[in-house]
Amino acid sequence: MRYLPLTADDRAEMLNTIGAKSVDDFYADVPESARLHGSVEGLTDHQGELAVERHMSKLAAKNRAASSGPFFVGAGAYKHHVPATVDMIIQRSEFLTTYTPYQPEIAQGTLQTLFEFQTQVAALTAMDVANASMYDGSTACAEAAVMATRATRRKKVILSGGLHPHYAAATKLLCEAQGIEVVQLEHAIDGELALADAVDDQTACVIGQSPNTFGTVSDLSPVAEAAHGKGALLVSVFTEAVSLGLVTPPGEMGADIAVGEGQSIGNGLNFGGPYVGLFACTQKLVRQMPGRLCGETTDAEGKRGFVLTLSTREQHIRRDKATSNICTNSGLCALAFTAHMTLLGGKGLEQMAVLNHEAACDLADALAAVPGVEILTPRFFNEFAFRTPMNAEAVLAMLDEAGIVGGVRASRLFPGDHMGDVILCAATECTTPEDIAAYAAALKEII
Amino acid sequence: MSMNTQGRPTSPESVSMSSIETVSGSRGLLQHEDLLFEIGTSETTGVDLPAPKGTKNRLGGVTRKVPTGLPGLSEPQAVRHYMRLSQKNYAIDLGLFPLGSCTMKHNPRLNEKMARLPGFGDIHPLQPQATVQGALELIDELATWLKTLTNMPAVAMSPKAGAHGEFCGMMAIRQALIARGEVETRKRVLVPESAHGTNPATAVQCGFIVDEIKANKRGRVDMADLKAKLEKSDDIAGIMLTNPNTCGLFETDIKEIADLIHAAGGYFYCDGANFNAIVGRVRPGDLGVDAMHINLHKTFSTPHGGGGPGSGPTVLSEALAPYAPVPFVVKDADGMYRLVEDIEGVASESFGRMVAFHGQMGMFVRALTYILSHGADGLKQASEDAVLNANYIQARLKKVMTAPFEGYCMHEALFSDAFTAEGIETIDIAKALIDEGYHPMTMYFPLVVHGAMLIEPTESESKAELDRFCDALESIARRAAQGDEALKGAPYLAPMRRLDETKAARKPVLKWAEPEEAPPVAAE
Repeated sequence: MRYLPLTADDRAEMLNTIGAKSVDDFYADVPESARLHGSVEGLTDHQGELAVERHMSKLAAKNRAASSGPFFVGAGAYKHHVPATVDMIIQRSEFLTTYTPYQPEIAQGTLQTLFEFQTQVAALTAMDVANASMYDGSTACAEAAVMATRATRRKKVILSGGLHPHYAAATKLLCEAQGIEVVQLEHAIDGELALADAVDDQTACVIGQSPNTFGTVSDLSPVAEAAHGKGALLVSVFTEAVSLGLVTPPGEMGADIAVGEGQSIGNGLNFGGPYVGLFACTQKLVRQMPGRLCGETTDAEGKRGFVLTLSTREQHIRRDKATSNICTNSGLCALAFTAHMTLLGGKGLEQMAVLNHEAACDLADALAAVPGVEILTPRFFNEFAFRTPMNAEAVLAMLDEAGIVGGVRASRLFPGDHMGDVILCAATECTTPEDIAAYAAALKEII
Repeated sequence: MSMNTQGRPTSPESVSMSSIETVSGSRGLLQHEDLLFEIGTSETTGVDLPAPKGTKNRLGGVTRKVPTGLPGLSEPQAVRHYMRLSQKNYAIDLGLFPLGSCTMKHNPRLNEKMARLPGFGDIHPLQPQATVQGALELIDELATWLKTLTNMPAVAMSPKAGAHGEFCGMMAIRQALIARGEVETRKRVLVPESAHGTNPATAVQCGFIVDEIKANKRGRVDMADLKAKLEKSDDIAGIMLTNPNTCGLFETDIKEIADLIHAAGGYFYCDGANFNAIVGRVRPGDLGVDAMHINLHKTFSTPHGGGGPGSGPTVLSEALAPYAPVPFVVKDADGMYRLVEDIEGVASESFGRMVAFHGQMGMFVRALTYILSHGADGLKQASEDAVLNANYIQARLKKVMTAPFEGYCMHEALFSDAFTAEGIETIDIAKALIDEGYHPMTMYFPLVVHGAMLIEPTESESKAELDRFCDALESIARRAAQGDEALKGAPYLAPMRRLDETKAARKPVLKWAEPEEAPPVAAE
């Protein structure tokens, strides 16, 4: 077996050194009834690369890759171009095959990139500090809600009607387990500001999203003002990190905690994971944060270096009193994010954001020109909702036959909300004028 | 001096300097590298994008006022930046990485190649399911092997990492208690004091109360203490137990523990962080386990990536299966795979959704590639070699270091600091290993052993590598026993000397900031 270096002679010699007759001796504590005799049921013996590659390629071939044709799906994950350099960097053995940087003297590579990542995320969100990443945007959102209840010593969380339903579900689950009340405002395309009316003096935080799941961008400043007036916090969510290059960032709206999905920068679609959760907050809240934090220090000779810090918040030190149970996070995806961000620079990101916005504007214009289509999202960045005169699922299936992946039916994310005729779609810098023309033409045929 | 025909010296002369300072800050192949913010400019970019048309704006004025100000680097600068930084990292691809409980085994490159097939890496989680049948089939296939290897009837695939899998299992237990009408009364979760910190943290996150149970002199659960804790049993929700445990030992009384917990009306959560010791030899389902997460990044070698991403599919017993989170994959009668995403029908008793989308697909591809590559014989051999390697290390080092528990270990060998002279601590031994070219072992964990050193070699090491490692650690251990003060200063040969963690925590600097302007220097 190509992955196992020990030879039969090695094994015999080692057993001899140990003084054991066979490896069975090491498993003597296993109750007899729980010992597996014979082979794993149904699994063949080891196979060479070629055989495994054939099997996996067959499975991969049954999927339609986003790059293989016009593609307009967003709603929490986005098709962007990732520079070749990024994948080279994350495949460097020293980054790919190392562990959480517990031994800083031989992990400065990982630690310095995390410090740079934290600085970039803080700047993008316009917040004071950011952590070294969470699993993804949805779990970051859930952790933000719980963090707000710790910081305010209150037990109520209010979710906007435009918050991504998966984020809302993850947040409800974590909160309800801890006896935190969750209020979900009615799903609405342009309803983020309703949070301002809903907040009361029992509220720990209100959670709003911009751009929201329907694509609507909102200035949440009035929400922040109303929340702060009641002693509550504003958690500001985004699922499209590229929007931060152009759209008002959480910090400029008075957010206390900013959380979001970082997949768009540096990370591929990967059918939903692994992604990278971004988590930032005000300086005041830093000791309430979940997850790893990298900080600057010096070594015994006074040289600047970096270490994991404030670990007394974390499970491996604080156990049942930790701020979260999170351990492994998204280190390599954070590296992809920071490497892509470094290549872009602030101006590059801004330019990329403008290209995304213009593609979405062009798409909206083209679709709006199709008789029967109504664009529903009033202000948007790179995605929006539109209504068709037919069932959305049927429309998407027919688009699929024309080789176009046209978006997500809103009813998949909002079942029971009578959105059967609504489609959520996105455009990015990958979207070409030909893609847009093909979409509009096919849609015209269908409806 | 010998010279070639150009007059160039071709053999070295013996001149020694005790310490060499360089002007550049670099030291030979080890290049100095400043922070991105000190070398980049906001005018620089490493990505060429088309110029925007600048004609359209439908943002309604919700626009960023202050630019990010973030610097960029050109491609060659960026490549060097990360290349130089990478060389300050230790990695499994460089050498033995014996972090106990972390399972740093070889990461096959085929797994990386497969995860990058466009049919896996470039598909969207919400595109129509008819266009991702191969992805759903892959999830189903991996799920089948995870169920088979554990002999468990169900598996939740969406947890993002080990601790997230713990959350999944404990939420399933909570939901089962809700169904029984006992969630308000059954709050107590037993957790051994040797447990990973994530266990008590997870229990609390799910609304439970942690009750610690002691370890006995053999490093296993103290059955007398366990039975005493179960005397009052109507408030017991369950137990969270790692097996093989964090001392690297198989819990001898595991079946009796499971029976006792079940008789008390509780559930058995098994922390599967150490499943890699028993794959192909023991199926947790045969031990009475109700839920167990599997760290794909440990047992099935999806790379650790410097702290993730992980993946923590969680197998569930018949008793907990109905409460599994959404989404999950089912195969319909017509042979089509389908995601069950809503809490209705077959998922009507589900405890809910843990996370956006369907789990760590990129890790699923790698794990399935690993399983198929190894096959039934390879998986079993990998477990046995991991255990053999750990026992070899234990046998070689117990002569100079203190093994706190008698008998063989499983996949990791545990030592205490009892052998060290006054003033020499575990951390000194760990840092001295760095100078020998190794990543240190896990230190100060588990908490049940003073100054713990937990060594997990994995199956990826040859006997020659193990011998070199043992020679190095044996020599350090002898110096520690003799009280060699030089150990306190280690490492001497790493990119950095020992770092000041207290300073970092006292006044945290968590991001780069423009240095305060220096006072103007008077002109000469």
